[in-house]
Amino acid sequence: MIVFILKRLAIAIPTLLVLIVMSFILMKIAPGSPFTGEKNLPRDVLANIYARYGLDKPWWQQLAEYVWNIVAHFDFGPSFKYKDRSVNDIIAQGFPVTLTYGFWAFIVAGVVGIGLGVVAAVKQNSWVDYLAVGITIGAQVVPNFVLAPILVLIFTLWLHWLPGGGWNDGRWNYVVMPVIALSATYLANIARIARSSMLEVLNSNFIRTARAKGLPGYQVILKHALKPALLPVVSYLGPVFVGMITGSVVVDLYFSTGGIGQWFVNSALNRDYSTILGVTILLGALTIAGNLVVDVLYAWIDPKIRY
Amino acid sequence: MLADVRVQSKTAASVASAEPQVGPAAPIKGRSLWRDAGARFVRNKAALVSVIVLFAVVLFTFVGPFFSAWSIEKIDWSIIGMVAQKGGPSIATGHFFGADEVGRDLFSRVIQGTQISLAVGILGSAIAVVVGTLYGAVAGYFGGRLDSAMMRFVDIIYSIPFLFVLILLLIMFGRSFVVLFMGIGLISWLGMARVVRGQTLTLKNREFVEAAIATGVKPLAVVFRHVVPNLLGIVVVYATLLIPEIILLESFISFLGLGIQEPNTSLGALISEGAQTMQYGELWQIGFPLGFFVVILFSFFFAGDGLRDALDPKDR
Repeated sequence: MIVFILKRLAIAIPTLLVLIVMSFILMKIAPGSPFTGEKNLPRDVLANIYARYGLDKPWWQQLAEYVWNIVAHFDFGPSFKYKDRSVNDIIAQGFPVTLTYGFWAFIVAGVVGIGLGVVAAVKQNSWVDYLAVGITIGAQVVPNFVLAPILVLIFTLWLHWLPGGGWNDGRWNYVVMPVIALSATYLANIARIARSSMLEVLNSNFIRTARAKGLPGYQVILKHALKPALLPVVSYLGPVFVGMITGSVVVDLYFSTGGIGQWFVNSALNRDYSTILGVTILLGALTIAGNLVVDVLYAWIDPKIRY
Repeated sequence: MLADVRVQSKTAASVASAEPQVGPAAPIKGRSLWRDAGARFVRNKAALVSVIVLFAVVLFTFVGPFFSAWSIEKIDWSIIGMVAQKGGPSIATGHFFGADEVGRDLFSRVIQGTQISLAVGILGSAIAVVVGTLYGAVAGYFGGRLDSAMMRFVDIIYSIPFLFVLILLLIMFGRSFVVLFMGIGLISWLGMARVVRGQTLTLKNREFVEAAIATGVKPLAVVFRHVVPNLLGIVVVYATLLIPEIILLESFISFLGLGIQEPNTSLGALISEGAQTMQYGELWQIGFPLGFFVVILFSFFFAGDGLRDALDPKDR
């Protein structure tokens, strides 16, 4: 097990470094600089600005300092756009918001998805089953950036139940729609996976034996069928995690939550290089870490996996 | 590029040649893999309907402009400022799908957006086919250290969250078609390379490959002339399923306002515009692009599923 974790770390850490170095080099070789704008600044002023942001040093020294500051101090440097705040401030402001509804979306997708899938499999060809299959097919073609406007249309414009955007320190009615928009696709996919693997398990010999020895139906499901049926779901949690990180950009932007995704897109449109770079690296590190955790979790749960 | 042309011509041929076979008076011919697959595909109603729908959509995007009264950039000044009341879909004004917020004809815009979304999907998928097939086939066939090095490289690139890198690329090198294609191509070949490598591993120990080696065919020629043609089935399936994913990816980026730029548009960009103006009651601005988007994605998914069932005899 420890060997397996070390092996995975041996891939994860270089990946992260590749991401940082690649993003940094992209920023360096991009035409123009963030300070060549509408006004042509005098040469001396420009030199001062460059010195202020450390851009006058050779590029490899900048790169080394950038990586070192992140690894050693978790410091992403100053924002090129907002003079009064650093990239760290921006992350500290936006990240908790995204984390809050992201956490709930993950829980909702997991719990409701598994529940729906299991019930659909146990009561195959009932209305629950048809509902689950219907949701699954629908979710394939309705990605979050389509679902979000539809939700706003129904719940804000027609029914006036929920506010169409904003955050308001995370009051429940502001959180509901971001959570639904972010979790729907994954809820549907989890339900589909849970349903098909549950069906497979229910047809296997050990379930027949459990029924034959006279166990009540719910005990067969909960004690014998559930655990093996959930293995494929666990292996899908990695893509769910990654997809939710990406999806949060849309949700942040559309619902104006002030989350990290909104900062990402705004800084992208403002060419605020240091903020884009910082957020990219942060979200990239999260993605890589999430994949790592899920892989380890899977190897821990499934005794058949031996590395 | 050669492999790519062959993929397209072969699929087209197999779909077309399958049709006469359905008729009762078809002459008896030898049954090739592609002919069999074509017959199976035609029997799959959902897949067949999807392909017909896709052809209809493509045909519509080429024929539609002849019927539209307004060009893409012409502004209808008579309805500006009153789009919500006067800009709805109507035959009288010539705006069959209504007008957008600045008075442009949505019918023309949807046609343009559909064309661009389809082009992005198909070209992106084509890049993936060429690069992924060659990379995967070479890695799988030669094996050993070359294989581990090449696939480890894919592993590392694969675990980078590429959407963000793509956005970085778009910002830093301008939001142009070229950057978008290159960026999408950069991501999309990875999965293809893995699939192809796995398939190559099972192919390379077959007798026909051995026979080719025994008759003195050079290694690279074995890969391109004997291994790659036998991979086409799985490549076609994977490429078809890749197209809707790339369309989704492009729409996602366009929704964020970072993709296709005006005056060009894509379905994602149109959906994004429609989502902003929906609150004024101009529902047609989101409805029509969304309808096309959903229909296209559905069709590609079903067609891809049908192709998989037709070409992959294991699963039947």
